[in-house]
Amino acid sequence: MQKHLFKLYVTGQTPRSERAIANLRRICREALNDNYELVIIDVLEQPHLAEADRVMVTPTLIKQVPPPSRRVLGDLSDTGRVLAELRVQPPPAPSPPAGEEP
Amino acid sequence: MTDHTADGAIERLPTGIPGFDLIAHGGLPRGRTTLVAGTAGSAKTVFAAQFLAEGITSGDECGVFVTFEESPGDIRGNVRGFGWDIEQWEAAGKWAFVDASPQPEEEAIVTGEYDMGALLARIEHAVQVANARRVAMDSLGAVFARFGESTVVRRELFRIVSALKKLGVTAVMTVERTQEYGEISRHAVEEFVADNVVILRNVLEDEKRRRTVEILKFRGTSHQKGEFPFTILPGAGITILPLSAMELTQRSSDVRITSGNAVLDEMCGGGFFRDSIILVSGATGTGKTLMVTQFMAGGFAADERCLLFAFEESREQLFRNAQGWGIDFEGMERDDKLRVVCEYPEIAGLEDHLVRMKALIREFRPHRVAVDSLSALERVATIKGFREFVIGLTSFMKEQEMAGLFTATTPTLMGGESVTEAHISSITDSIILLRYVEMFGEMRRGVTVLKMRGSKHDKDIREFTIDGRGMGIGKPFRNVVGILSGRPTHVGSAELDRIAGLFAEGSARED
Repeated sequence: MQKHLFKLYVTGQTPRSERAIANLRRICREALNDNYELVIIDVLEQPHLAEADRVMVTPTLIKQVPPPSRRVLGDLSDTGRVLAELRVQPPPAPSPPAGEEP
Repeated sequence: MTDHTADGAIERLPTGIPGFDLIAHGGLPRGRTTLVAGTAGSAKTVFAAQFLAEGITSGDECGVFVTFEESPGDIRGNVRGFGWDIEQWEAAGKWAFVDASPQPEEEAIVTGEYDMGALLARIEHAVQVANARRVAMDSLGAVFARFGESTVVRRELFRIVSALKKLGVTAVMTVERTQEYGEISRHAVEEFVADNVVILRNVLEDEKRRRTVEILKFRGTSHQKGEFPFTILPGAGITILPLSAMELTQRSSDVRITSGNAVLDEMCGGGFFRDSIILVSGATGTGKTLMVTQFMAGGFAADERCLLFAFEESREQLFRNAQGWGIDFEGMERDDKLRVVCEYPEIAGLEDHLVRMKALIREFRPHRVAVDSLSALERVATIKGFREFVIGLTSFMKEQEMAGLFTATTPTLMGGESVTEAHISSITDSIILLRYVEMFGEMRRGVTVLKMRGSKHDKDIREFTIDGRGMGIGKPFRNVVGILSGRPTHVGSAELDRIAGLFAEGSARED
């Protein structure tokens, strides 16, 4: 399986940012067997990158590889929508139901 | 939080938008956000862009343009015609875009809670990099369209406005309205976004478009009330015509100038006043254009500069007429003492005419200006628009201490009052009537000075003739009454003699 490449834009180390990162890592572990690379960008530190990618809201997840490039907004708590939007095939093994992180 | 002067008043930022700072009592509240609301096509984006452009050109203040709707490329192209070279300003670091326009290829899906921290970070970054003093955001409607009417969007916009305040920048934020008169904005953003609201309107009135700007509120500070007409000009952008603001500054001089006709000067008590507005009213062919021509020639003879706006006759015709009365317009133009501008009234709206006329007056700096005729201009405007035009033009001319002679055409041959006259007679200082008088089966002409503000004047209706030397004013009509009403009636000479005997006759009249 091709390695996935993600960019995740967040604003500072807020609970919402932490939640988005945790959700993403969980989804990647369950759906991609951890075969991914993630770049986390804090817009407060690197606003010019947000400008270049024309990111408006945080958190914004950008899937760069494999193409096509997709964007998902929000803290990624809606696992089903995240998977559908990123066109990530869930593994055949039974997976836990989509839900909130504790 | 906000910028206050020593006495607690809110400081102003002069926008540089022509006319706006006058009605805003100095400019937008400095360090705050002003909401600019308007319907589609009301020039919100032009206002937003001009706010930044004027900052760069007049005050060397840099600006950040946040666009939610059009792409930066579209905006650069759309405002180039106003003479704003955004690309060059971007290269010089004076103008920065924050591009938040929708990216069609990347439609985003919402999967949980979010905020607009990225947008805010980008705006703050752009402001800091450019050291910007001004920010324009255009338009909020697009944000709602993309993210819905959620409380999140409202909360985030509020957060952005608060952040702009902390940065100390003065900002304008545009928002849509659904109707010209009704709720302030479509999404009721004024309730949480801004203490200051400006409304742009583009109203259809009698089949004519009329643009106005109104400052609805500046919290805690003053501004002019009501709607002010504005126009959008190539090479300039929005130009507001602050009519009532100008009326206040008029002065009044007692210096007399010649009308170009010695007898008429005498009838007026020694000539027109230097900064007065004279209305000449008469039916077609009574001699209005002749009076204009003599007014110009009189100015030339006194070494004054003269400007003639002609909306009825062509240049050739005017010059030929003048020649017929022994007046050399060509020679006057060669000496740069006269300029004749002929235009069709229909080529532009009245606001545009006014701005162009003012620009010409500013450039040529005439001592006297004639407009032949106002009635022709009246055709292309609403009554309200026409009145505003006349007030705008007259007050501008008075400010510059110029004399103005306007003509108005009466609809009927005999007597009558023109529509033009009815609307503007109170604005003019003097009114001269030219009338046909039917006597013994012959059409004769009469002239009278109906009104001469601040001066005594001849009350007679005098007969005049037109020949190769122009206007020859003769004796008063002594045995006719009812000329002004258009129903001249002859009075027996015995009766006249009796009346004459009752009052001592004044100075002898000359032919």
